[in-house]
Amino acid sequence: MMEKNKKRRALVLLVHLLLTGCGIIWIYPFLWMITASFKTNREYISSGISLWPETFQLDNYKRAWETAHFSVYFWNTVLVTVAVVFIVIAVCSMTGYAVGRYRFRGRTLFISAVTATMFMPKGYTIIPVYTLVNQLGLNNSLWGVILAEAGGAHVLFILLFVAYFRSLPKELEESAEMDGSGFVRTFVQIMLPLARPIVATTAIMQFMFTWNAFLMPLVFTLGKPDLRTLGVGMFQFVGEHTMDWTGMAAAASISLIPILAVFIVLQKHFIEGVAGAVK
Amino acid sequence: MMGKGEIFVDYALERKAARRSRARMLVRTRKEWWCWLFIAPQLAFLLMFTLYPIVMSYVYAFFDWSGFGPLERFVGFANFRETLLDPIFWNAFRNSLLFMLCVVTIQVPLALLMALLLNAVWLKGKAFYRMIYFLPVVTTTAVVGLVMRFIFGAYKGVVNEVLIRLGVLDAPVDWLGSIDTAFWIVVLVGIWKSFGMKLVYWLAGLQSLPKDVIEAAKIDGAGPAQILWYITIPLLLPIASVILLVSAVNALHVFDLVKTMTDGGPAFKTDMVDVYIYRYAFSGKGEARVGFASAAGVIYGIVVMLISLVLGMLVKLAGGRKPRSY
Repeated sequence: MMEKNKKRRALVLLVHLLLTGCGIIWIYPFLWMITASFKTNREYISSGISLWPETFQLDNYKRAWETAHFSVYFWNTVLVTVAVVFIVIAVCSMTGYAVGRYRFRGRTLFISAVTATMFMPKGYTIIPVYTLVNQLGLNNSLWGVILAEAGGAHVLFILLFVAYFRSLPKELEESAEMDGSGFVRTFVQIMLPLARPIVATTAIMQFMFTWNAFLMPLVFTLGKPDLRTLGVGMFQFVGEHTMDWTGMAAAASISLIPILAVFIVLQKHFIEGVAGAVK
Repeated sequence: MMGKGEIFVDYALERKAARRSRARMLVRTRKEWWCWLFIAPQLAFLLMFTLYPIVMSYVYAFFDWSGFGPLERFVGFANFRETLLDPIFWNAFRNSLLFMLCVVTIQVPLALLMALLLNAVWLKGKAFYRMIYFLPVVTTTAVVGLVMRFIFGAYKGVVNEVLIRLGVLDAPVDWLGSIDTAFWIVVLVGIWKSFGMKLVYWLAGLQSLPKDVIEAAKIDGAGPAQILWYITIPLLLPIASVILLVSAVNALHVFDLVKTMTDGGPAFKTDMVDVYIYRYAFSGKGEARVGFASAAGVIYGIVVMLISLVLGMLVKLAGGRKPRSY
């Protein structure tokens, strides 16, 4: 019995060692990136595989933030992300409320149209989106990127909102109506606050999508360096400064640390959101 | 007297009822208006940013068009013919398929193994490990691709430094610049990047399994291996097919990673269909061929749809088997 217990404990320890070892290799690229961002280029070349910088210096960040315009890219990304998240939450919660709580003519048609688009074979749709935004006259501002990213059908979020609103008791509206609350006020003051879990999931997932978007901002900011987001700015930076390793590491850190920080703080929501997508 | 009175009362009731039902009708139509107003933004988005682009991507495919000026030169199926005759397209197509097959056959089973481990009751620190292995998923793919260029770099790249120190290599290898290794490095990074996503899918699947069935099997004397093979895996089939479908479609549309890591090089060894299309749609030298790019996009869109239809049938088959297993 003792023998068996010991064996078992050794096995558990082995699993932990394996998971930790692989885990370090797993996140090594990020450890490398962050530590390299504090080194000088000379130290980067001579230090080999040692991670820890000899002296922490912020020169790389200064170079990336000011000279390489990552301050512009950073604020562009923040603005685009915040705007897209707000638009998507507003649009999806309103749709989910109307569809989930009321019967109205055309409801079934609308929902089937939304889901059908998911299964349609698409061509290369980014060009029509680009020409459309051009025709709206928004191609020279961040609103073009915002609209292009927020547009489209957010099938998953809509379905989440519909299911959630449908599950709430009918008495909610009845008592709200008794108190003289209209359609909009019932939605804003009673229903939307109740749907906080879905709002949180939508916000986090859409934040991740928009912060990490590449193709859409790349296409929309071709030839417009002032409108670049972090991913696109990074792409241009590496193309132009092939030898500035630590500047690159600092720029990459500026792009990734915000999303990593948000993830580590809210990891439960991230993982539940992703898991919800498959259920 | 009474009769008259009754008639009078009836009138009043009727009028009241009529007024009430009209009021209710009004409320109902007003509510219907509000409903339409609430779905209007999503409807506009759907029409403008989903339906219109899908339709137009088909229309452009029949024109010789650079992306600017009017659509004038209708060329019929010429763009389609040219795509289908282009060996570079087929090269990209093969690469995309191979990339998808590698991701699906390596990453999905590995993620299942890890999920089984992270679902075990005796393991502590599950949330921590889950966070570590999920971490790459939340990071910007484009930035990760660029960082990987340095990590696998020929000059002072970390991978070379480590392998030389371990004595595996004598001289640094240009991992992303060599036609023998570039594709496999892209596969490796691709698997690493989205592994955590599949891990969380599998964990969600495992947690949705009925616990009493597994308990009953344990009481009947089934060992862990038997439970896994005869109970867990059959019960996971429906969710497994969904994971397979999602993984395949995502892998077939790999773009950010390849664009930033190799841009399809060296010698088109890592060229993927989405990178190929981008090259024609947004050629920097003003010679963009949007019509041709659209035709390639339509062809590929149909192929991806066919692949997902086949996998979708698997989903149905697996879903249909579920009730029978009880």
